[in-house]
Amino acid sequence: MTIFTKMSRVIAVLALGLFAMIAQPQASQAQDIINPTAESVTEDALMEALNGDAQVQGRVSIPDDLSSGLIKPANRGWADTHGGPVRTVNLIAVVGMIVLLVAFYAIRGKIRIDSGPSSERIQRFSATERFAHWLMAVSFIVLALTGLNLVFGRAVILPVFGEDAFGTLSAWGKIAHNYMGFAFMLGLILSFVYWIAHNIPDKVDMHWLSKGGGLFVKGVHPPAKKFNAGQKGIFWSVTLGGAALSFTGVMLLFPELAGGEAGWQLYQVIHGVVAAILTAIVIAHIYIGSVGMEGAYDAMGSGEVDLNWAKEHHSLWVEEVQGKSSDGTDDGSARPGTQPAE
Amino acid sequence: MARMKFLCDADRCIECNACVTACKNEHEVPWGINRRRVVTINDGLPGERSVSMACMHCTDAPCAAVCPVDCFYTTEDAVVLHSKDTCIGCGYCFYACPFGAPQYPRVGNFGTRGKMDKCTYCAGGPEADMTEAEYVKYGSNRLAEGKLPLCAEMCSTKSLLAGDGDIIADIYRERVVTRGYGSGAWGWRSAYGETVSV
Ligand code: HEM
Ligand code: SF4
Ligand code: SF4
Repeated sequence: MTIFTKMSRVIAVLALGLFAMIAQPQASQAQDIINPTAESVTEDALMEALNGDAQVQGRVSIPDDLSSGLIKPANRGWADTHGGPVRTVNLIAVVGMIVLLVAFYAIRGKIRIDSGPSSERIQRFSATERFAHWLMAVSFIVLALTGLNLVFGRAVILPVFGEDAFGTLSAWGKIAHNYMGFAFMLGLILSFVYWIAHNIPDKVDMHWLSKGGGLFVKGVHPPAKKFNAGQKGIFWSVTLGGAALSFTGVMLLFPELAGGEAGWQLYQVIHGVVAAILTAIVIAHIYIGSVGMEGAYDAMGSGEVDLNWAKEHHSLWVEEVQGKSSDGTDDGSARPGTQPAE
Repeated sequence: MARMKFLCDADRCIECNACVTACKNEHEVPWGINRRRVVTINDGLPGERSVSMACMHCTDAPCAAVCPVDCFYTTEDAVVLHSKDTCIGCGYCFYACPFGAPQYPRVGNFGTRGKMDKCTYCAGGPEADMTEAEYVKYGSNRLAEGKLPLCAEMCSTKSLLAGDGDIIADIYRERVVTRGYGSGAWGWRSAYGETVSV
């Protein structure tokens, strides 16, 4: 670097702040050299003057204000985060959870009904509850798969199916993701309204948790109401995580709401990370509700569960609904059609 | 093969916008999309400078890193191109680009923004060179004809330089040494991770 450029840099930095011709002692040194750029903006000075995620901003004569940002160095930062940590978090969360569940299955096996299936069944979820659940579940699965496609598709699906098929798949996936978001939000609101009353944490949950939910030892069944502590955990994860995904998702869809590029980028990272964590949690939920536990699926399938299953996993709830129906005092809090099968 | 770059010598740019117009005309770029633009910094103030900016064809292009469908590719000349057939219009590349180069036919992100469009360094796209299919999607392929990008070729003050990165850096360096000043190789640091030191 010549002395000259060093000087012109110093001068340019000064000139940035002081466009008025304020006589500076340092400036007088340069007066013997004719320099038409003494006050010129330089890239170096502008880049140094940038703070945080700002951009080098100017004016354009074409009618598109968006294009007046000249250089946005921070965008590379988002690209690195998106192409790096966001992918890593997704990989660890999803693959990690599957590995854990396979290990759990190998060690503990399917959790059976210890006292064997009974001949009696008991209504657990009404048709409206099941509708809310499946609306949320189906849309979640579509959202999770199409979302994961955006993160891993280029590494996993592209090499297998080729550019054309993968491009078409992803284009449909994007449209599905955009629309299914709204079905998910509706399901989320409905399930929140239906189940919030049963998901307030209480003392029973502490005991349930201290026994590990009986998940790890055969024959142990800590008492639980309609939802045990584990299910309450799922409820709150889905409610809060789902709300976060809904909010950030809508911001991504309507960038004008997101408050500039930095805002959009932040929402994108939150969306990607929360999606990864919630997907992992939901994979565990799907496992225990299907292959992981005998009798569990019926609750959301037909809505009726085996009485022995209910007594083992939700003893307090069974007492509650059976007690109520036998005194004939239906205070309205019981689910419609919730009766012991005779 | 050469490592193609752009360099805008802002001390020469007179903000005539001819590069913007020539680009639109050469490639028949649709309404609302400008592959190149001239940005004026400190407009109306002493020391104002104008910079002609388009896709800089970055080293380790961030747009390519974030594209969910991996539709970018880098040619032997280090030109960053993309496939409009594969693009799903998600808009990620716009947020990754340090220069706001990627543009879309539609705003918002509902459904899709449409197929992304950006400067091709007058090098077309994945279709066979100099075919109608290539022209319709990406515009003309001057590089295949042995010519440099039109914007730089027709620049009346030779402010905008295109060509092998080392050669245009030398030209710029020589100018700065000869005339005694230079406001910098705008965008080089963000695009290529280096700047032209004089
Ligand atoms: C609830 C409403 C939701 C809306 C409106 C929404 C919207 C979006 C949008 C606009 C994108 C940007 C990509 C694109 O344009 O295609 C996106 C990405 C993504 N979404 Fe959603 N989404 C929602 C819910 C979910 C849910 C429930 C999940 C899954 C668990 C999910 C997982 C993802 C993932 C993994 C990505 C990719 C993130 C990345 O590329 O890093 N989304 N979403
Ligand atoms: S300037 Fe933007 S669009 Fe061009 S290669 Fe760099 S990041 Fe990609
Ligand atoms: S808009 Fe197209 S090119 Fe840009 S990141 Fe999305 S799919 Fe890739």
